[in-house]
Amino acid sequence: MSWTPGEDQIVVQRAPEPGAAGGTYRAFGETLRGLKTTFARVVEGVHTIQYPEQKVPVYPRFRGRHKLHRFEDTPDGAGLEKCVGCSLCAAACPSDCIRVVAAENTPEHRVSAGERYAAVYEINISRCIFCGYCEVACPFDAITMGHDFEMSDYNRSDLIFTKEMLLAEPLEATPLRTEGE
Amino acid sequence: MSVLAFAGYYEPWWIQIIKSLLIFSVALGILPLIIVYERKLLGRFQGRYGPNRVGPFGLLQPLAEIIKFATKEDSRPVTSVGPLYLAAPVISILTAVAAFALVPFGDVTNIFGTRVGLYGVDPSIGPLYVFAFGAIAFYGLMLGGWASGSKYSFLGAMRAAAQLISYEVSQGLALIGVIITAGSLSLTAIVHGQGGMWYFIPQFVGFLVFTIASFAETNRSPFDLVEADAELVAGYFTEYGGTRMVAFLFAEYLNMMVVSGIAVTLFLGGWLLPFGLHPPTWVDPIIVLAKMMVFITFFIWIRATLPRLRYDQLMSFGWKILLPLATANTLVTAIIVVAVHK
Repeated sequence: MSWTPGEDQIVVQRAPEPGAAGGTYRAFGETLRGLKTTFARVVEGVHTIQYPEQKVPVYPRFRGRHKLHRFEDTPDGAGLEKCVGCSLCAAACPSDCIRVVAAENTPEHRVSAGERYAAVYEINISRCIFCGYCEVACPFDAITMGHDFEMSDYNRSDLIFTKEMLLAEPLEATPLRTEGE
Repeated sequence: MSVLAFAGYYEPWWIQIIKSLLIFSVALGILPLIIVYERKLLGRFQGRYGPNRVGPFGLLQPLAEIIKFATKEDSRPVTSVGPLYLAAPVISILTAVAAFALVPFGDVTNIFGTRVGLYGVDPSIGPLYVFAFGAIAFYGLMLGGWASGSKYSFLGAMRAAAQLISYEVSQGLALIGVIITAGSLSLTAIVHGQGGMWYFIPQFVGFLVFTIASFAETNRSPFDLVEADAELVAGYFTEYGGTRMVAFLFAEYLNMMVVSGIAVTLFLGGWLLPFGLHPPTWVDPIIVLAKMMVFITFFIWIRATLPRLRYDQLMSFGWKILLPLATANTLVTAIIVVAVHK
């Protein structure tokens, strides 16, 4: 199929150039139209979300700060940790920000449900890219991505989250978007 | 005391002092409120709140900013010309306040048995006084721009001077129609002349020209090429910082108030109300302030709406459209007045 240039030609139609009076009248009219447009924005109201007081609700699959989980059905209340210290999350982590040191469970000192448990479980939040691969890699759903995104701090060392911090509930709950919102 | 000749009486010296103090404090007291008002209204025009964190409804925002500016380091360029560099902001703000003294907030009233005019001065030369001080105000920004010893400041000052001189002509000519109609240069006499009809109806073209020229005179958008904050460094006050820069900004907003006051007095009936309403005398200053706020709101509305002009557009608009329009308005008014009074 050959291309004929004539088909792509566009005929530009211009209105005749307005004279001084016409131009002034048109500029005046357009100014009034602009004033109407901006005034309509005042009537429309404010779209700002006052952030620290109001938060935009996150979607259910939002990948925020990690959470470590416990079993909820153990009799002693505290619940055994789901993490068995297998280090698969550390292996999956692209930015190498997870550090796991495993230790053996003993009958006197039982922390997790498996043979071993994570004696040290640290996530360096300042390196984490929130890709969620750790969540995918975990065979026991022990680590999941939470919904919190307010993690800024004044020191780099404060951004290394320990196991206790990751197991604890976040101080402030992030609002979750409901269905259809 | 000859400036008070038209009032037909002489005010005691202590009333003059009280009045000047009052005018200075009212002008500089309303100013921060206008700045907050502008920023909040501009926010509404753009679908946001504007400052609302400092104090109730963000009303203390200018206070916070003044503290911030006042604690800045007091620096100036090595190339600057010392005394002139220091004098420029003072000239700007003094002339603005001096022009504000002319705005009449009410008629001559009896306060505790003393006859007091609710205005700073009512000279028999009226608007000429404003333009005289406006001309001195040019020195503020031109000296500021030149004495900074910086290319940007100098170019900004040149741009400012060219713009202000071009538009001052049309602004002055636009007022002549009103003066011819009223037959007086005294601002109180002009307000009294508007008892039947406010002058912005018979002098609509003059009102329009005056308003547009006022936007240019006060460096307001769409004629804010002097600063052009989005594309230039700050123009003539590029090298200024801290309280001196605040003085320039204050002078700009004061000029806005002066221009609104003059427009209210000459075109919008001053302290008079339409529909035959005659409120008690103490309401008069409130009426004038309310009308000024309406005018300032219009300033802000225009700022939120119109984009900035190009420099050649500014010049051709000023000289080719506004000036002929103002001249024609003056001529037609003069002819009609002569024909009617024959």
